[in-house]
Amino acid sequence: MAAALLRLDAVTVCYAERTALDSADLSVAAGEIVALLGPSGSGKSSLLRAVAGLEPPASGRIEFEGRDITGQPTHERGFGLMFQDFALFPHRDVGANVAFGLRMHGWSPASISARVAEMLELVGLPGSARRSVNQLSGGEQQRVALARALAPEPRLLMLDEPMGSLDRALRERLPPELRAIFLRLGLTVLYVTHDQEEAFSVADRAVILRDGRIEADGTPETLWSRPPSGFVATFLGFRNVAPVTLHGGVASTPWGEVTLVGQPDGPATLVLRPGSLALAADGPIRGIVTSRRFKGDHALVSVTTDAGAALELEIRDAWPPEVGAPVHVAVDVTKVDLLPA
Amino acid sequence: MSRRVAVALSIPPLVFLLVFFVWPVIAILATGLAPDGWLDTAGIADAWARPWLLDTIVFTIGLATAITACSLLVGLPAAWVFARFTFPGRRVLRALFTIPFVLPTVVVAAAFLALLGPRGAINQLLAGNPWFPDARVRLDDSAVAVVIAGVFFNVAVVSRLVGGLWAHIDPRMEEAARALGASPWRAFREVTWPLLLPAVLSAASIVFLFSVTSFALVLLLGAPGQPTLEVEIWRQTAIMLNLTVAAALVVIQMVGIGVLLVVHARWQERLTVAQRLSPASDVARPARTRRERVAVAGIVGGLCLFLGLPLLALVERSFASGSGYSDAAWQALLHTSQRSGLSVPPVAALVDSLVFATATLLIAGTLGAMIAIVIGYRTGWLPRAFDALVMLPLGTSAVIVGFGFLIALDQPPIDLRASVLLIPIAHSLVALPFVVRAMAPVIRSIDPRLREAAAVLGASPRRVWQEVDAPLVARAALVGAGFAFAISLGEFGATLFIARPDTPTVPIAIDRLLSQPGALNFGQAMALSTILMGLSAASMLVIERWRTPGSQAF
Repeated sequence: MAAALLRLDAVTVCYAERTALDSADLSVAAGEIVALLGPSGSGKSSLLRAVAGLEPPASGRIEFEGRDITGQPTHERGFGLMFQDFALFPHRDVGANVAFGLRMHGWSPASISARVAEMLELVGLPGSARRSVNQLSGGEQQRVALARALAPEPRLLMLDEPMGSLDRALRERLPPELRAIFLRLGLTVLYVTHDQEEAFSVADRAVILRDGRIEADGTPETLWSRPPSGFVATFLGFRNVAPVTLHGGVASTPWGEVTLVGQPDGPATLVLRPGSLALAADGPIRGIVTSRRFKGDHALVSVTTDAGAALELEIRDAWPPEVGAPVHVAVDVTKVDLLPA
Repeated sequence: MSRRVAVALSIPPLVFLLVFFVWPVIAILATGLAPDGWLDTAGIADAWARPWLLDTIVFTIGLATAITACSLLVGLPAAWVFARFTFPGRRVLRALFTIPFVLPTVVVAAAFLALLGPRGAINQLLAGNPWFPDARVRLDDSAVAVVIAGVFFNVAVVSRLVGGLWAHIDPRMEEAARALGASPWRAFREVTWPLLLPAVLSAASIVFLFSVTSFALVLLLGAPGQPTLEVEIWRQTAIMLNLTVAAALVVIQMVGIGVLLVVHARWQERLTVAQRLSPASDVARPARTRRERVAVAGIVGGLCLFLGLPLLALVERSFASGSGYSDAAWQALLHTSQRSGLSVPPVAALVDSLVFATATLLIAGTLGAMIAIVIGYRTGWLPRAFDALVMLPLGTSAVIVGFGFLIALDQPPIDLRASVLLIPIAHSLVALPFVVRAMAPVIRSIDPRLREAAAVLGASPRRVWQEVDAPLVARAALVGAGFAFAISLGEFGATLFIARPDTPTVPIAIDRLLSQPGALNFGQAMALSTILMGLSAASMLVIERWRTPGSQAF
């Protein structure tokens, strides 16, 4: 990895008695787009706010371009920040919102108006400088907030759940557009989200947080192909994840026994990937279908096994069995992941 | 509600307002503008020509400006702390800090005499000190004590009004400005301040209005020979017996207040920015940096001292006797004394006050409920005009109400000079706007779907009213009646004009006791003020408990 532009060294953030971020280490290279991914309360926003200087860390050190910026006031950092509900200034029009940071940085009026026009062009809202921010749609507000954050040429752009208050259609359409803008401008980006699909469509790298700690850090490919823990696997959307115990090549799972030859004895976490399960008359796991959901090109079938655990499998090329039907499920052990407990 | 019922309900309050408000105001105008039966501006011109008039107007405006500016200076940091930070005791302190605003002005004046006056606690302490035996606080020859007491009274107005909006301004907007390169001060100035400005100006104009008409503070704490317009109106009436000049002054004051209200309304309209308000619960957080903790502790501690000390001094002074303590002043409340300036024992004033307050509760409660029901259930220009008419006594002042009663109701066709009813009627007029404002919004906010749901479930229109509306309206009426009771207990300006010597109210008795020499009289004034403070605070607490959450007009 290239020399780190941003480096966090054991940064801890506390609110009252609660530790929101616990001794986080992170480095981000110039031009990298990093997603901070985690459920709500995992500390991802606290990490962002610490980097922005909005939350003084209780301990630890934050470096930017090799300089310690831990105690530097927010307004001297020169970073861009975009909030979930955008925090546009309601008493200023679109142009004045975008111009705000430029005025703070002492740009001349002529260069400000040129830059504002350029930014509105970039985000696809040319000519709307005189519009009131109260009349904008959600998607337009997001574009204005992005233009405002980008206008002063931030050295680091941070986005806090930028899709959080948009409807589903926009949430699916906008991330690739954002990524295109980031790449075109060569920006270094920290992108906070709780949605792994969104994270993977924007970022080069994802950092997964859990209860204030960094749980995983890697490219979408590595995380996807080999999740480092059961939590990460579940968070990435794998449905059949469970703690198991191995003994003599046989794993005792909540669903029943699964043969896994050549694995060491002891506790582990088993991930049954979607493609590893199939209905088969001689399958070792028996159960009853409790529901089926049709998802376009496949059906999602929930099975309660005789052992009493829930199992989900995708049926692609066959008609899914009726609810209440007894089924046998076979496991293709070449497609399962065995993770440390 | 049918038109007929609305008309029937409108008639009694309308007659009341015509007889006891409109007619006295006409009488004032007639005395000031047409003393001999035809229009004659000589009275006004005469008042204008008096050399002291300009001084009085300048002093009145200057005093109100000083009180307003200082109230903002103290109230804005308080608003900031309560809107932005959580700390132990926040809810309780917020409620306690509102108490000064609901205290009768006479009690506030007495409390500051207890703290800063010649017989006050601070001078008592200074008298005993060995280092500067001659050091004394001397505020009785300037308006400083009036300004301090005015600020004490109005801090809650500023911190409630401004803090209410501040708590709903998303702090992320300021953070966005900070991330864009604005220093903390610049982010406040460019983002938060413009959004707060409507509330600040609104609070400032309300404080200014209160201060222009703050009568008891100036009368009891001000320097002699420095009257405000209100005090001069009273002086011209009660001491100089020059009704024409007094009426001319009233006209001048009413014009001034009218202009003020119009300017206020214009400002308000121009400055209101539509903004998305965030729920207040997101916004307040514990102080985190050292600097924040020091600021919060300093502001909250300072407020506790500023608002608590005068009230503590009031209680302490009521027991002071020489350099020690005794309950002599409290005992003296039970007896008539030649030297008290009262022809009855002070405790009789307490009984009178409670009787008048109960009568006011009944009169203003009944009439206010009628008005609130009409303007709450019906729409159109007539209810709106009614609403405006009810608010007018608030826009004039208690002194004008009292003065109007004095000159309009003491001769045929309406001669109530001898009637004890005069006082509760005057109090009802002062209380009516508050009663209506407490009730009408509650009635308007009853969800029509509740009525529809009851009707669908089989309730007749009468049953719908009984089951859905009546409980809510009754609760609002209790709140309104509570306001009427509390306002009557503390009313001073109007009562001073019309109270008879044998039926003083508590505020009048306090004023008489304070105007007589002697430590025992002072102690009795303190004791009586302590009782009035307790009664007012208790009635406000009861009102708070009855209130429907989310329907607060005051």
